[in-house]
Amino acid sequence: MAAQFLFSQFLSGLTTAIFLFLVASGLSLVFGVLRVLNFAHGTFYMLGAYIAWQAVTWLAPAKEAFWPAALLAALAIAALGLVVERFLFRYLYDKEELYQLLFTYALVLILGDAAKMLWGTAQLSVARPPVLDGAITVFGTLLPTYNLFVMILGSVIAVGFWVILQRTSAGRMIRAAAMDREMLGALGTNVGWLYTGVFVVSSFLAGLSGALVSPIKAIVPGMDVEIIVEAFIVVVIGGLGSFWGTFLGALIYGQVLSFGILIFPRFSIFSVFALMAVILIVRPWGLLGRPLK
Amino acid sequence: MSKRIPWTLIIFLAALTIPWLGSRYYTFLSTQIVILSLFAVSYNLLLGSTGLVSFGHAAYFGLGSYACGLLMKELSIPFPIALLAGGLMGAAFAAVAGYFCVRLTKIYFSMLTLAFAQIMWAICFQWNEVTGGDQGVSGIPYPELGWMSSIPGLDGFRIGDYFYIMTLAICIVCIWILQRITNSPFGRLLTTIRENPERASFIGVNVHAYELAAFVIAGGFAGISGALFGIFNRGVFADFMFWPKSAEVLIMTILGGMNHFWGPVVGTIMMVVLNQQITSYTEYWPMVLGIILLVLLFVFPGGLVGAVDAGLKRVTGRAGGRGDA
Amino acid sequence: MLEIRNVTKTFGGFTAVSDVSLTVDKGQIAAVIGPNGAGKSTFFNLITGALRPDTGSITLNGADITGIAAHKICGAGMGRSFQRTNIFPKLTVFENVQAAYIAHRGRGHNFWSPAESFYRDETEALLRSIGLWDQRGTIGGIMSYGNQKQLELGLALASDPALLLLDEPTAGMSANETHDAIRLLEKIAGERHLTLLFTEHDMEVVFSIAQKIAVLHQGRKIAEGKPEEVRADPEVRRIYLGHH
Repeated sequence: MAAQFLFSQFLSGLTTAIFLFLVASGLSLVFGVLRVLNFAHGTFYMLGAYIAWQAVTWLAPAKEAFWPAALLAALAIAALGLVVERFLFRYLYDKEELYQLLFTYALVLILGDAAKMLWGTAQLSVARPPVLDGAITVFGTLLPTYNLFVMILGSVIAVGFWVILQRTSAGRMIRAAAMDREMLGALGTNVGWLYTGVFVVSSFLAGLSGALVSPIKAIVPGMDVEIIVEAFIVVVIGGLGSFWGTFLGALIYGQVLSFGILIFPRFSIFSVFALMAVILIVRPWGLLGRPLK
Repeated sequence: MSKRIPWTLIIFLAALTIPWLGSRYYTFLSTQIVILSLFAVSYNLLLGSTGLVSFGHAAYFGLGSYACGLLMKELSIPFPIALLAGGLMGAAFAAVAGYFCVRLTKIYFSMLTLAFAQIMWAICFQWNEVTGGDQGVSGIPYPELGWMSSIPGLDGFRIGDYFYIMTLAICIVCIWILQRITNSPFGRLLTTIRENPERASFIGVNVHAYELAAFVIAGGFAGISGALFGIFNRGVFADFMFWPKSAEVLIMTILGGMNHFWGPVVGTIMMVVLNQQITSYTEYWPMVLGIILLVLLFVFPGGLVGAVDAGLKRVTGRAGGRGDA
Repeated sequence: MLEIRNVTKTFGGFTAVSDVSLTVDKGQIAAVIGPNGAGKSTFFNLITGALRPDTGSITLNGADITGIAAHKICGAGMGRSFQRTNIFPKLTVFENVQAAYIAHRGRGHNFWSPAESFYRDETEALLRSIGLWDQRGTIGGIMSYGNQKQLELGLALASDPALLLLDEPTAGMSANETHDAIRLLEKIAGERHLTLLFTEHDMEVVFSIAQKIAVLHQGRKIAEGKPEEVRADPEVRRIYLGHH
């Protein structure tokens, strides 16, 4: 009995982990290349969820509306990212880091209220796509099929992402920019478009994660802040800018959250930040990041 | 900034006239502005002088409120002592957090300040027995202000006005102290840290020690402003310490201009007045704030005071230097 | 005065400095030269405490300064200038030097008096001696590169050092600027009885004022002595052929 319970907690932690990885990977990517912690990443995620809901509502009563809706949401957010980066953000690149951070915060404020204006404050949710509306039994515990799907998709994206980083020239440029972007500029790479590309990909991932989470979690104002905090923890644990670090950080955090809540029920609001503080004090560059200068 | 105009005195006298306008609303607003100005000026010791971007300054504000409020309400400690306790509380916790934070730089520093602040918030939010949990502490008593009516020229005001005058006096003294600190040799060495921490250490500045000192001083004055705010608000609540409050003080400071001593005060006035006006029309204050922030970032990066200063420089034709020798 | 004994520094698998010893006598002008990658910057960083040597020791006037904390080096009597100009960009020239005096003379504990009244005479004297007095109101960051380098020197001198370490003092300068910089250095060193240890790429500079030269190559010291001796050393000639 106990083993089964532990296993179900483990699975729940794993679902959270892969899902957080999807969100945090975009955050980590932007930090690694643009050297900015994008506070608005959580807002993009939230908007992805809202747009997915809206698309499903428009396409109803179509049964399998979820898939096009999710894709639409991801693309819409990617477009939003494109506009934001090309027309606003790039003019702040030579300004102080603080101003870049404040810019992303301004987006949080503006877009967060925009979401309230468009969709109100009531909780919304999206039905699971019928083809995945069931559960399977694994070692005696019930695992919703949709969760399994997210886990698989997340892992596929992780591997795909890694392959792109390692094997393609775009990936090489991204890795080079993460190490030394001035040099890269000096070598003639169009760093401007690289930044735009990275920001757009990150936005796409945020929007996609938001869409994918809409059947599992309620869509509600404030989910942007909740997720950005968790994404921070994940990238801090793993190491800002490190790809596998983010993955590892997500796995660890997923389990910490899953089991931590059992031990100490009032765990979550305190633990998240206590964990962040401990890592930053003891090992600020995280598990797989590069030691700070 | 080396003009000999006694701005502190001028601003004090100007602010002092508010009760004579006879409006409860103006007095209420002005009390809020004065208290939050102290909060913002304390923050600028870190941001403008030392170059430290803290995302958790509201924690020390909140802790000051709790300390002062609880002492006055539960233990009937007299106001002056409770106020001091609020400042000490802010300073003490700033010392603990600061010790760890100053060992980091840039975004890591900022995130650790946020983490500490949120931990402190979480504790206050959940510790029902002491802090009242999410209900907070209400019914904080006003200090005994009757004696003020016997001061010549000051009789016949409402209690809110007496509180305002006292708060103004306390805050202007604190701001004046912060001004002297900013312009002192200590403050000058803080600017070297802001400009070039590596070079600062090579001219003999123990960077961590100075940053920690700045952090503690800022935390102490934040605690005092928080203590005053708790009384003003007649209650202390955990969301005094919640991260959006830290974001607010950062924005107030930059809005006015972090490169000038009085910038944060100007920013506070703008923020409080705008907030009051706009929230009476719409619930979408965050969006308005975000737009203001965008305008600030793209058009007036030096804040309002910075913009005025730059404009003046263009008009008077000074460039590239200050008449400092 | 400065004794460096058998210092070694390894980074991961790479040995940047290997068993180097050097003695600089009081009042001497000494130079450390070597081709790129020879380990000169690492060597300097070891002396000033920016890096800690794996083995070996460094003493200044008998006091052990191995691995000393950066903010303590000027208390120990050592001043340093940097290869990339490293000044306080938004402060004026006057404020830059004044801050250095305030820091070194221990006034940082004063939280009350107006900083602008401190050390005005000393700052003026120093600025006049390095030729920056008429630029005293200029914001440091907008000055020419050559002037910034002069200010660099001023910052190092404000802590009244007995030993001055200069990391490529004429890097990036034109021939005229170099000439002026070297004359200034000689004048200052003479006036203040300074001991100088510098590293340079410009061989003319080195041979014109150094009294003692040490040559590093791939982390090792391969030659040391008076300029004529070093110039004639076959090993030195071999490694420099094509580099100078």
